[in-house]
Amino acid sequence: MTPRSDTLLELTGIGKHFGGLAALSDVSLHIRHGEIYGLIGPNGAGKTTLFNIITGLYQLDEGAITFDGTAYSHCKPHLLAHAGIARTFQNIRLFANMTALENVMVGRHLRTRTGIWGALLRNAAARAEERAIARRARELLHYVGIERPHQTLAKHLPYGEQRRLEIARALATEPKLLALDEPVAGMNATETESLKALLQTIRASGITVLLIEHDVKLILGLCDRVAVLDYGKKIAEGLPEEVRQNPAVIAAYLGGAAE
Amino acid sequence: MRIGRPVENKRKAWLAFAALAVMLLVLPFATEALLGRGWVRIVDFALLYIMLALGLNIVVGYAGLLDLGYIAFFAVGAYCYALLGSPQFGLHLPFWIVLPLGALLACVFGVLLGAPTLRLRGDYLAIVTLGFGEIIRIFLNNLNAPVNITNGPQGISMIDPIRIGGFSLNSTHELLGITFPPVHLYYYLFLGVTLLVIFVSLRLEDSRIGRAWMAIREDEVAASAMGINTRNIKLLAFAMGATFGGAAGGLFAGFQGFISPESFGLTESVMVVCMVVLGGMGNIGGVVLGGALLVLLPEALRHGAGPVQQVLFGKMLVDPESLRMLMFGLALVLVMLWRPAGLWPSTQRRRELTPGAGVAHQEQESVYDASK
Amino acid sequence: MSLLSVENLKVAYGGIQALKGISLEVAPGELVALIGSNGAGKTTALKALAGLLHPAAGKVSYAGKSLHNIPAHQRVRDGLALVPEGRGVFARLSVEENLQMGAYTRNDAAQIGSDLERMYALFPRLAERRAQLAGTLSGGEQQMVAMARALMSRPKLLMLDEPSMGLAPMMVEKIFATIREISTQGVSILLVEQNARLALEAAQRGYVLESGLIALSGVSGELLGSDAVQRAYLGGGREPAGSFSLKTRD
Repeated sequence: MTPRSDTLLELTGIGKHFGGLAALSDVSLHIRHGEIYGLIGPNGAGKTTLFNIITGLYQLDEGAITFDGTAYSHCKPHLLAHAGIARTFQNIRLFANMTALENVMVGRHLRTRTGIWGALLRNAAARAEERAIARRARELLHYVGIERPHQTLAKHLPYGEQRRLEIARALATEPKLLALDEPVAGMNATETESLKALLQTIRASGITVLLIEHDVKLILGLCDRVAVLDYGKKIAEGLPEEVRQNPAVIAAYLGGAAE
Repeated sequence: MRIGRPVENKRKAWLAFAALAVMLLVLPFATEALLGRGWVRIVDFALLYIMLALGLNIVVGYAGLLDLGYIAFFAVGAYCYALLGSPQFGLHLPFWIVLPLGALLACVFGVLLGAPTLRLRGDYLAIVTLGFGEIIRIFLNNLNAPVNITNGPQGISMIDPIRIGGFSLNSTHELLGITFPPVHLYYYLFLGVTLLVIFVSLRLEDSRIGRAWMAIREDEVAASAMGINTRNIKLLAFAMGATFGGAAGGLFAGFQGFISPESFGLTESVMVVCMVVLGGMGNIGGVVLGGALLVLLPEALRHGAGPVQQVLFGKMLVDPESLRMLMFGLALVLVMLWRPAGLWPSTQRRRELTPGAGVAHQEQESVYDASK
Repeated sequence: MSLLSVENLKVAYGGIQALKGISLEVAPGELVALIGSNGAGKTTALKALAGLLHPAAGKVSYAGKSLHNIPAHQRVRDGLALVPEGRGVFARLSVEENLQMGAYTRNDAAQIGSDLERMYALFPRLAERRAQLAGTLSGGEQQMVAMARALMSRPKLLMLDEPSMGLAPMMVEKIFATIREISTQGVSILLVEQNARLALEAAQRGYVLESGLIALSGVSGELLGSDAVQRAYLGGGREPAGSFSLKTRD
C-alpha cells in the first residue's frame, strides 16, 4: 500500500461570484484525515457557499479541489457522495413525508445496487440487501440517539432529533468527510453538549468532520483547527486558541464572545 | 388470546382476499345482469383508465413530477398497435409483438420527454409536459400528408382485435358451459394487466428505487447529496410511467377497433391527473378508486340524470349531458375541499394524523416553512 | 395590571397536548423570557398568543380584554406582534417594502414615514440596504428586518421567537442590544430563546417551560442561579448513546 497523504480535502484559490458579487475569493485550506475542522465567520461571509462548492451543489469559478487524492472542479453532488463526502443542511432538508427509518435507508442508496429487476422479482439477493439496508438504518438511528419509533415521519420529530436524523442519513452513505452546516443551531446548551459528544464519537470512528458553527464554545471545545471567513476571504486559520486571540477575528466575528 | 391473533388475522386476510377475487371474477356477469351489457364495456374502460392512472402515479405520486401530457404515451401505444395491426399499411402483426412494441416505444418517448425537462419542477414542468402532449396529438392529426401515415383526423379503423394465439377476444366463446361475450373476455384481459401493473407498482414502491423516487419528490437537492443520481432516477420514473401508458394504449386500440387523435386530447390528460390526485396521490388503492370513480361517475350521471328528473319533477328540466359535467365538476370540488389529500390517502399521509408521532409538530413547522 | 395575562392555556395538536395548561403574565414595559428545551411548546405558546393556533382551553386577556375568538390580524391591529422563528421575511420584497408591509394595519401615512426613519435609526444596517431584496440579506440582517417589520405595527407587546438562531456571536450581541433598546422605549417583550443565559440576562423575569407545563418561574437572576436551570439549560454532561463502530460495512 502506498502511504496515503495526510490531507483529505484540499482547496486551492477557490473563487465564486454571484452576478458581479464575489462571494468567495482566493480561499485555500486543507483538511487532514481524522480531524474536526471548524469553519466560522459572520453571517453572509461565504461559509455555506464554500460548503455548497465542496459538496458539488455550486460550481466554482476559480481554483481547484482535491479530495482523497483526486482532483475535481466540476462534479455532480451524487458523484461526490460516492467519493465519500456527506453533508447536512443549515435549514434541515429531510425527506419530510418519509419515516425516520426511510430517511436513513435513502442514505444507503449509493452503497447498494438493487435495480428495477431486483425490485420486481425480489430475488434472494434483493431481499438480503433490503434487510441489510433496514438493519443498518436502525443501527444508525440508535447510534445518533433517536429513540422515538422509527416509523415516525421525519417532519414530526422534535427539532433536535431532526438534526440528528440528518446526521444519521449522512452517515449511512459511509462518508470519509462529514460536512455539517450549523448542527447545533437552535439547540440549548445541554442538547449542544450531547451533540458534541456524538461528533467526538463519529470522529473517533475515523470520519473526518467539517463543521460550520456559530457556537463559539462548541468550536473551541471540539475543533482541532479552525478557519475564519469574512467577506469571502479567509482571514485566519489555526488552532482554536490562536484563532480566538486573533485581533482580526475578534473584530470581525467574535466581539465580546472572545472572553 | 394474543398468540392466536396473527393466525386469525392471516386467515381474515385470506378470506378477504378470496372474497375480492370471487367478486372480481363475477363482476362482468353481475354487471350485465343488473345494468346491461353496455355497462360491462364501461367497466372495461374503467380498467384501462386505472392502468393509466397507475402509470401516472409513478411519475406524479412517487417521483413528484407533474405531467400534464401523460395521455401522449397512451396515444403512442395505441397508434403503434393500430399502424402495425390494421389495413392502414396492410400489416397484421400479432398482438404479442405489437403490444410490447407499443409499450417500448412509449417508454422511449418517456425518456425523450424526460431528458430535456430534468431541470424543471412543479409548474414549469407541467407546462412543458402539457406542450408535449399537444405536440403528439397535433402530429397524429397532421401526419396524413404528404405521406399518409396516421390518416389524420379520420383516425384508423378496422384495427385488428386482440388475438392470443388462435383465441380472438372479439368473438363469443363458450367455456365450461358459460358463455363469454367479447366485453367479458376483454374485461378479464384488462383485469389481468391491471393486476400486473398493481403488482409492479407495489414492488417498486417498497424498494430502493421507490425510496429514491420519494426522496426526489421530497427534496431533490438533499436526494442528490445522498448520492442519488437524480437524472437517471427521474428518467426511470418517466420511462416506467410511459411504458404503462403505452401498454394501456395498445389494449385500447385493440378493444375499440378504431382510434383518432380526438381520443388523446388535453381533457384526457387532465382526467388522468384528476384520478391520481382525487384518489390519493402515491397510494395504489386510492389511485384505483380514483380511476374507477372518474370513469363510472360521469356515466352514472349520464344514465341517471334523466330518469331521476322525470321522477322528481315529472319532466326533463336540464339536459342530462350538460348536467353531467356540472355535477362532475361539483363533485371534484367537494372531494378536494373535504379530503384534500385524496379519497384514500397514502399511509404516509394518514400517519401524519395518528398520535404518538411526536409532541412537537408545531415547533417544526416554522423551521420547515423557513427552509422551503 | 398586566398587559398580557394567560391562564391555564392548553393547546392540542393531532391528538397530542403540546401545552398542558400554562399561566404567565407580562406587565407593561416588561421584558419576559420563556425558555425551555426543543419541543417543550415555546413556539406553540407564541403561535397561540398570536392567534395562529386555536387553544383547546384557557383564558388569554390582553390589555384587559379577552382574546377569545379574536383573529390573528385583529390582534396585530391591537398591538400584539410576533416575530416568527426562522424570520419569515418576504424574500422577494425589498427591505423597505418589508417594513411597509409591517404597517399594513395602519393608515396614517405621515406617521408611517417617520416610523420608517425611526427603524432605520434603530437598525442603521437596514438603512444602507433599504432597496435590497430581503432574501439576499445575511441571516442577522433578515432578523433585523423581521423585528423592524413587527415594530412598524407599533406593537404594545412584541413576541420574539428565537431571535439569535443561526447568528454569528457579534450579530447576536447586536440583536440583543437592540432588544434591550426596544424594551427601554416602553414596548413589552415576550422573548422565546434557546440560549437561556442570554435571554435571562436580558429579561427581568423568566418562565421555564418543560413538556408543555411551566416548571419554574421567577426573577431572572434567581433562575440563572438555580441549580435546575443550570443543569438543564446551561450545559451539563450527558453521555451519548451509541457503542458500535461506524466502520462495519455490510
